[in-house]
Amino acid sequence: MIAFIKRYEGLWLFFHSPAAMIAAVVAVLIILGAIFAPWLALVNPYDLASFSLFDGLLPPVWEEGSNPKYLLGTDDQGRDMISSILYGARLSLVIGLSALTIAAVLGVGLGLAAGYYGGRFDAIVMRIADIQLALPAILTALLIDGIARGILPAAVQQDVRVAVLTLAIALSLWVNFARTARASTFVQMNKEYVQAAIMMGQRPSRVMFVHILPNILGPLLVIMTVDLASAILLEATLSFLGIGLPADSPSLGTLIRIGMQFLLSGEWWILWIPTLFLVALVVSINILGDFLRDVFNPRLR
Amino acid sequence: MVYFILKRLVQSVFVMLAVAFLAFSLFRFVGDPITQMTGVETSVADQERLREELGLNDPFILQFGRFTADMLQGDFGFSYRTRQPVAEMIATRIPATLELGVVALLISLLVGIPAGVYTALRPRGIPTQAILLTTLVGVSIPTFVIGIMLIFIFGVQLGWLPTFGRGGTVQIGGWESSLFTIEGWRALLLPAITLGVYQLTLTMRLVRAEMMEVMRSDYIRFAMARGVPMRRLHYKHALANTMVPVITIIGLQFGGVIAFSIVTESVFQWPGMGLLFLESIRFVDIPVMGVYLVVIAFFFVLVNLIVDLLYVAIDPRLRVRDVQ
Amino acid sequence: MLTIKDLSVKFPSRFGDFTAIEDVDMTIKPGEIHGLVGESGAGKSTVGAAVIGLLSSPGYIANGELSLGNTNLRTLTPDQAHDIRGDRISMIFQDPQTSLNPLMTIEDQLIETIQAHSDVSYADALKRAVDLLEEIGIKDAARRIKAYPHQFSGGMRQRVVIALAICTDPELIIADEPTTALDVAVQSQVLDLIRRLAKDRQIAFMLITHDIGVIAQIADRVTVMRKGRVMETGETAQVLGAPEHPYTRALMDAVPPLDHRIKRFRVPDEDGKGPVTGNAAEKWLLEGQQHALTGLTLTDICMRFRGPRTSLWRKPEPFVALNDVSLEVRPGSILGLVGESGSGKSTLAKAITGLITPSSGIMKLGDDILPDGKARGRKHPSRQLIQMVFQDPYSSLNSRHRIRDILTEPLWFYGFVPDAREREKLAAAMLELVGMQPDAIDKYPHQFSGGQRQRIAVARALLARPRFLICDEPTSALDVSIQAEILNLLKDLQAMFGLTILFISHNLAVVRQMADDTAVLRNGRIEEIGSTDSVFERPSADYTQNLLALTPVLPKAWQSTAVAG
Repeated sequence: MIAFIKRYEGLWLFFHSPAAMIAAVVAVLIILGAIFAPWLALVNPYDLASFSLFDGLLPPVWEEGSNPKYLLGTDDQGRDMISSILYGARLSLVIGLSALTIAAVLGVGLGLAAGYYGGRFDAIVMRIADIQLALPAILTALLIDGIARGILPAAVQQDVRVAVLTLAIALSLWVNFARTARASTFVQMNKEYVQAAIMMGQRPSRVMFVHILPNILGPLLVIMTVDLASAILLEATLSFLGIGLPADSPSLGTLIRIGMQFLLSGEWWILWIPTLFLVALVVSINILGDFLRDVFNPRLR
Repeated sequence: MVYFILKRLVQSVFVMLAVAFLAFSLFRFVGDPITQMTGVETSVADQERLREELGLNDPFILQFGRFTADMLQGDFGFSYRTRQPVAEMIATRIPATLELGVVALLISLLVGIPAGVYTALRPRGIPTQAILLTTLVGVSIPTFVIGIMLIFIFGVQLGWLPTFGRGGTVQIGGWESSLFTIEGWRALLLPAITLGVYQLTLTMRLVRAEMMEVMRSDYIRFAMARGVPMRRLHYKHALANTMVPVITIIGLQFGGVIAFSIVTESVFQWPGMGLLFLESIRFVDIPVMGVYLVVIAFFFVLVNLIVDLLYVAIDPRLRVRDVQ
Repeated sequence: MLTIKDLSVKFPSRFGDFTAIEDVDMTIKPGEIHGLVGESGAGKSTVGAAVIGLLSSPGYIANGELSLGNTNLRTLTPDQAHDIRGDRISMIFQDPQTSLNPLMTIEDQLIETIQAHSDVSYADALKRAVDLLEEIGIKDAARRIKAYPHQFSGGMRQRVVIALAICTDPELIIADEPTTALDVAVQSQVLDLIRRLAKDRQIAFMLITHDIGVIAQIADRVTVMRKGRVMETGETAQVLGAPEHPYTRALMDAVPPLDHRIKRFRVPDEDGKGPVTGNAAEKWLLEGQQHALTGLTLTDICMRFRGPRTSLWRKPEPFVALNDVSLEVRPGSILGLVGESGSGKSTLAKAITGLITPSSGIMKLGDDILPDGKARGRKHPSRQLIQMVFQDPYSSLNSRHRIRDILTEPLWFYGFVPDAREREKLAAAMLELVGMQPDAIDKYPHQFSGGQRQRIAVARALLARPRFLICDEPTSALDVSIQAEILNLLKDLQAMFGLTILFISHNLAVVRQMADDTAVLRNGRIEEIGSTDSVFERPSADYTQNLLALTPVLPKAWQSTAVAG
């Protein structure tokens, strides 16, 4: 019984936490919407032929002068808001998840090795992390963007935008993974099961990945959720600052930047609907992250 | 203790050198500095002469040494875009960003610490749950959206506060300050809140987590078992012990405050370093980018050195050696 | 004076209420030291927490009476309860390293406590605090009171803790494992102090401990608990000398005596059942034992670590963990290595297993030189021949691996058994050999108790077909009854396979039971080495004599009469 409870405690907690459940539902819905955007969306915002200027600036259905075809209205170009948002979320999630994967592989690898080998290797990795820390995420991202502008010819620049953005976000997130992995590895290194494995003469790679890694997944999973939220926020912020993605392939942040132009005019939906959507996505992910933190660190409950 | 501080000092110098190296590499390898400095009408021979004059043909390490030495003397080169000395450009922008950052940090500490203590001491109450939910939403709203919302509510709808610029400023020995006029404060309020909200939520959650951890410690339970008055227990015993880790994070956060001021400054058209940096990126103005980097790293290192000194002040284990 | 009647404490959980203690009765008179003894999970600390009103949330008193003198402790408001804490009831915690606020001076902590409960001026409070510290054995108290906790040694710190507990003249002190974190010599001083305070100041002590030796030494009366219930209570001599309850008897049987060696511990569930014999694992192990037994010789092992750097100008002083350690573990025998915390026992074990590199000295396994840590390759034969059983069964097994993976790892790693099915069969048979059900193989470590995990750890070590086994404090994390089972197991296995064992422990009585020869280690130096009987009966080093004299023992008459050997 006790073993059963321990094993499924996380699930039990989940089904007794309304906040976590709602957050999970919202996040899953948004992610599904993003995946199936090409089939769900009314128009393709990347394809100029699929929408028309004549449908521009239509309000959501519950307002006067709306067209029931466009549930949440259209922007100045005549693009359906729902379609733009679904495609925007798709792009935001693709960038966020790829950046997260790169950051996780790089950070966990370096952190594990630093914790395992210690000594000089650890010192070097941690000094690099310190320097990275002195240059906060947004600064790193802006800097990489600036460098890309300086190095790459203008023609190529548009094509590699997504890659540059992903790389910039990944570079600013790896430190979190590295520090967490290193700290957790240090704890595990003092555990006797690791000493037993080293004593047997097992390869360092086996000790790190077969023995230590499964034991530090908990805190890493928490970081992963929290950092997915940061990655999405960071992408939105960079696009908002106008150095992320251009207006013809809008992410959520670009949509908000476009909407800013309508802050003072009556077309509130162009700004606030994508904003609400972005916040709902990030809040859901953060609630899930918080929930995971509580599950893995029951003492804070 | 002296050793501890010296060690941190050496580490700081190391970080500064690394950042300076980064800035130098930017300058040297991103685009050709000569083509940037000269116009199209300059002949190739002139360009070569300039290259030689500026020492760009010297060994790499020598160039870096000269670059660092120049920086130490306050010579930061010239902007590609405006042809002005970068040092001057940055210097006029520093007060705006620093005032914004410090006020934002103060807001985050003055609200975040009491809120953290409250939610830690009453973990199960309804106010606590409400505060926790609010902060969760707080960390999830991008800074620029908070700025837009504040502008929309207080600037556009209510019309109470200005939505851009610094308002009235006063020159005090070359330092342009908005802290001495009511107009200045009115202009500062919205950007500072925008910048402070994110830090506030972080501070609050951190204080709460640390405080709860400390409240479970043996020495708090022992103080409880001795009947030490509750107020003293919470503030003298628990809060003081909470401060050690909290100060570290706040030191690290200060870098974040400065960086996020880029966003805030952009939303509110606040004429600080961040806005300058954004412009320099747009125009690939490498010298300005590099110097901004060095200045930010300098503030970061400085704040963290102050944090180390605070450590020593708070924690006797770093201050007093074993008597036995 | 303290009266507990029918006390029950429950912890509500989402799977219903968990009853921590039930129907506990107890009385403690002024000046009485009342021992509360039991194994982990007995609920003894919960009794103490309920009395002082500091049950950890969400625990609550479900039933029963609780009164101190004429005060009913159950009807107090939280404020009243807080006023009584310190004033009339106080508490001493286990670990003096963590029970003092590191950021405040001793003076601040003493004076805030005194002033919280009596209306005295700062100067008067200070005088009282200094006098108290002097009384409790801290010399030069007027100066030392200005110091911070980290400036005191462990023993001195526990004195400060005691001073804090008694500075308000409480009637009752709850001492929760007050000497468990201390070395033998300091423990004996602290126990003397408690006895003196009970006698001179008529303070009543509730002494919560798992250590029956401590109870025997200073408790006037004793209550034995198990799984939240009182098993037996009465005068110490009566309860421990002539136990009525079978549980108390079993507990007494499990306590290892210091002054003689017994063949096997009497363990209730195991009576009559010897070790499993004739199974596949036993045959497999005996197959591997064809060559002669292997001993270990250490010559002049030194281990210096770089000390912490405290000054820029002075070179850090090296910390000497091992100083010219020479010893021999005879083939097929058990060498006991005893020493207090920080004596270098574990460092020695790490040097032998190659985890660290000694600064100098020669190690030989049988006739072959053992390369030092870094020079010992991953494929060196000693990696298989030397195996280790660790102290903490909760961390020595990878909690993310199934028992199957843990046990079969050495079989394929050393290339003993190529076939996966065969490996699993052998692992299951080995589980049987160490007294576990073979179906344990499908489970995860967290599904087992500490004792069971230690059996699994022993099985893992044996599956490497070792010639030399290091047991580093293998029972110090276990309850005394479980300790008896594990020691029995190790004795059986040693007899079956003629293993050479280095048995490391801080517990003299355990070493007495296990070892053929004994070495005493102190500050990295061997104080004494010889046959176990001679070391324990005719110790030559002052240090050993002292250690033996200060270790709490049961009076001869109370000791288990079982299976003397």
